[in-house]
Amino acid sequence: MAVENRRLGFDVFPRSGFYIVLLIGGPLVLAVMYAFSDARIGNPGFHYVGLENFRSILQSPSFRAALRNSVVFTVVAQIIVIVCSTMLSIALEKPFQGRKFTRFLILLPWVAPISLGAIGWKWILDSIYSVITWVLIWLHVYKPYGAPMWLGEPKLAMASVILVHCWRLIPFSTVIMLAGLTAIPKDIPEAAAIDGAGFWRILFRINIPMMAPIISVAVLFGTIFTFTDMTVVYILTAGGPFDSTQTLPSLAFATGIQGSDLAAGAAMSLFLIPVLVLIAYFMLRAAHRAEVT
Amino acid sequence: MTRRDWRKLGPGAAKFATLATFVVLLAFPFYWMLIATFKQNIDLYTVENNPFKFNLPPTLDHLKLLFFETRYVRWLGNTALVGVIVVIITLLLAVPAAYSLARLTGRWGQRMGIAIFLTYLIPPTLLFIPLSRVVAVLGLQDTIWSVVLVYPSFTVPFSIWLLMGFFKSIPKELEDAAMVDGLTRFGAFVKLVIPISTSGILTVVIFTFTLVTQEFVYALTFISPESQQMVGVGIPIFLVRGDVYFWGSLMAACLITSVPIALLYNTFLDRFIAGFTVGAVK
Amino acid sequence: MAVVETRNLTKVFKQGDLGAVNNVNIETREGEFLVLLGPSGSGKTTLLRMIAGLETPTTGEIRIGGEVVNERSPRERGIAMVFQSYALYPHLSVYENIAFPLKAQKIPKNQHKQKVEWAAGLLGIQSLLQRKPRQLSGGERQRVALARAIVREPRVFLLDEPLSNLDAKLRASAREELEQFHDRIKTTTIYVTHDQVEAMALGDRIVVLHKGEVRQIGTPEEVYDQPADTFVATFLGSPPMNLLEFPDIIVGFRPESLVPEGVVPGAAQVKLRFRVNYVEYLGAEHVLYGSLEGGNFESKEIVARLSWTMPTGYKAGGVYDFAIAQIDLRFFDRKTEKRTQPRPFTWQ
Repeated sequence: MAVENRRLGFDVFPRSGFYIVLLIGGPLVLAVMYAFSDARIGNPGFHYVGLENFRSILQSPSFRAALRNSVVFTVVAQIIVIVCSTMLSIALEKPFQGRKFTRFLILLPWVAPISLGAIGWKWILDSIYSVITWVLIWLHVYKPYGAPMWLGEPKLAMASVILVHCWRLIPFSTVIMLAGLTAIPKDIPEAAAIDGAGFWRILFRINIPMMAPIISVAVLFGTIFTFTDMTVVYILTAGGPFDSTQTLPSLAFATGIQGSDLAAGAAMSLFLIPVLVLIAYFMLRAAHRAEVT
Repeated sequence: MTRRDWRKLGPGAAKFATLATFVVLLAFPFYWMLIATFKQNIDLYTVENNPFKFNLPPTLDHLKLLFFETRYVRWLGNTALVGVIVVIITLLLAVPAAYSLARLTGRWGQRMGIAIFLTYLIPPTLLFIPLSRVVAVLGLQDTIWSVVLVYPSFTVPFSIWLLMGFFKSIPKELEDAAMVDGLTRFGAFVKLVIPISTSGILTVVIFTFTLVTQEFVYALTFISPESQQMVGVGIPIFLVRGDVYFWGSLMAACLITSVPIALLYNTFLDRFIAGFTVGAVK
Repeated sequence: MAVVETRNLTKVFKQGDLGAVNNVNIETREGEFLVLLGPSGSGKTTLLRMIAGLETPTTGEIRIGGEVVNERSPRERGIAMVFQSYALYPHLSVYENIAFPLKAQKIPKNQHKQKVEWAAGLLGIQSLLQRKPRQLSGGERQRVALARAIVREPRVFLLDEPLSNLDAKLRASAREELEQFHDRIKTTTIYVTHDQVEAMALGDRIVVLHKGEVRQIGTPEEVYDQPADTFVATFLGSPPMNLLEFPDIIVGFRPESLVPEGVVPGAAQVKLRFRVNYVEYLGAEHVLYGSLEGGNFESKEIVARLSWTMPTGYKAGGVYDFAIAQIDLRFFDRKTEKRTQPRPFTWQ
């Protein structure tokens, strides 16, 4: 049977494997090749230019801003998301009336297409018609027409981008955390209660440590989704004002497709790789460790 | 009330407050879309008006504009067509692959599984530039076939991953018994495994479809003409004339497109979670 | 002074349903090993959890050390509990598991090491302190659970079927360790089980529960020899007591009381003819399944247990002269099923 199994695998699998290799491996190699060339959309031939692309983008202030922003946005967003989704998953743990409907509402940001959620926020954060502005003016925090431009001022724009990323990710993380929380056997928090632990000690010393593998899954995926996303930035701010919200992927798009500079765009997107490799490493380690227990 | 009663009240109230806050923060934009869809323009664009209620009677103008004066319906059609075709391609490729991987015992099966998982980590924002050239060279630029070609590159690994979990949970003994009774391995697969896995396959169909509707980068990069565009790109890009955003219609479009997807997704969520957490930490 | 006391304790889970625990009154004695025995659904675990503070009673009082503790959370009751699954904290080492209650009760850190080592020493697990729970065997995990329970020197120990997750071979030695442990520390212990052999072996006194009600409280001898009703009579002892139903009375006798005629000399006895249908040879004893020949009970299965010292050679199909000593008969009222005085009756 083992022989048949092996043959089965090697017969059937390659068809899909081939497709994937073609559509992922191939372009990956191409991306590297482009990064070392001077290709442009109108003139896509390959002329080897060595490290020229890398040198020029590393000197470009836009690129440095984008690199910094990618990291900052991702890290800050993950922290906020983990804290919020932990709170939310604890609140959702025990069944209650209307829990299904509540869960539906909470999930909306994640399941709606990214671009549509982003457009909704663009309207909410509009410089003139923002509902947030209206509420703040109503509360007399600002004078009419005196409210800040949420997407127009660099620091606020950055905060807005991070906000939308968190808004999208909190439902996803919460659902994963809930799975981890319900997987804890009921005995253990009860034993801790009998041993004398109060709510907070049980939460931080028992529940959260036992959820660590699940939390890392949520963090790793959340990091990928934030770090490699260009949609939110593209729709909310298009990288502005003054590159303050530019990220690696959005700058790569702006440069490579809109700016027609395929080579520079490819070179920029290659900078995503180190982080992805790091994440892959951690995921594999977590998977391996889970197998051992 | 005794001390114990007060203490019992605390966590409950805190939980409720937490839930209420998050539900409002997360669902509010959709409520907002709902109101904006039906608000008259004058109401919408008057800064002093209370945005949370209808200061003027609601209107269907935005919806009329959306359905009759824009290409929205065309985009929905494009996306649906692409969705169906990509689902078919994905099933054809992923189901046999997942099955053979699930039954492949030993290190190779594991290694392949991990390799599949790793391909999922390579994002569209890394591959879109070279893929745009591939698409151009193949002459698929500006047609829906460009995305039909490229979307399986992420729907297939994801589906294989989900399905592997499903197939692994079917005991091998069932197929062995069927083969002893006379079926070939392929016959057992078709007549036994697939019918048992309908829920898994259905999950894959739903999620593949939602992945297609949510995609943005490739559609934006490969397709320029308005009439060929997908709904996720059409709405933010083409519902803007010059610098003017037709917010009413925009919000209507967002709402109408998001809610059915949300309902569909929600029904299959639990299966998705199981696949996600088991697959990642397998 | 009784250490743990419940008064009229009742727990109803759903309005209108029969209670899981109904009007239970028990009182432990200082230092005793009290067993709550009953089949599943008898309410024994619910009762234990109410004493622990993990469930709130619907009505009734729970007292520990004379004080009413209904309103107190588990950590304030001075109890320790060992769960069926042991509930060891998987991410902490054995040392940290045992030290956890000390940390939670805010006992100063410099005392931890000494207390943990004392508890570990009591259970012989000093060498395991750095291991994680997943590296331990079932028996070792039980010992760690016990060490974690004892380290706080609680007033009461509560144990919820701790032996049922162990495989049969291990169960006997683990049981013995529990007995020795109790002898050494002499803390009042309440132990829940459905296994009547365990109950008889471990208990100083046994509380027999059925459908949430106490049927009898007594020493193993009392509940075995002088059962309060037919439920207790048939629940304890394996194979269970033989019961014969007469118009207004039920007569019972244990399988070991049904012996070949002549084995019990002289004493007032009831003579019967026993038809053997099936013989089980178990080494130290024979178990004979059969029926009483002649009379109204020919279709009722009767069991006899003969120790290896008694005459053998009984074969299926044969009819033999057997007898029961009068004092071994137990009488139960037909309507209430409760124990009554011996009454004259006619056999056939």
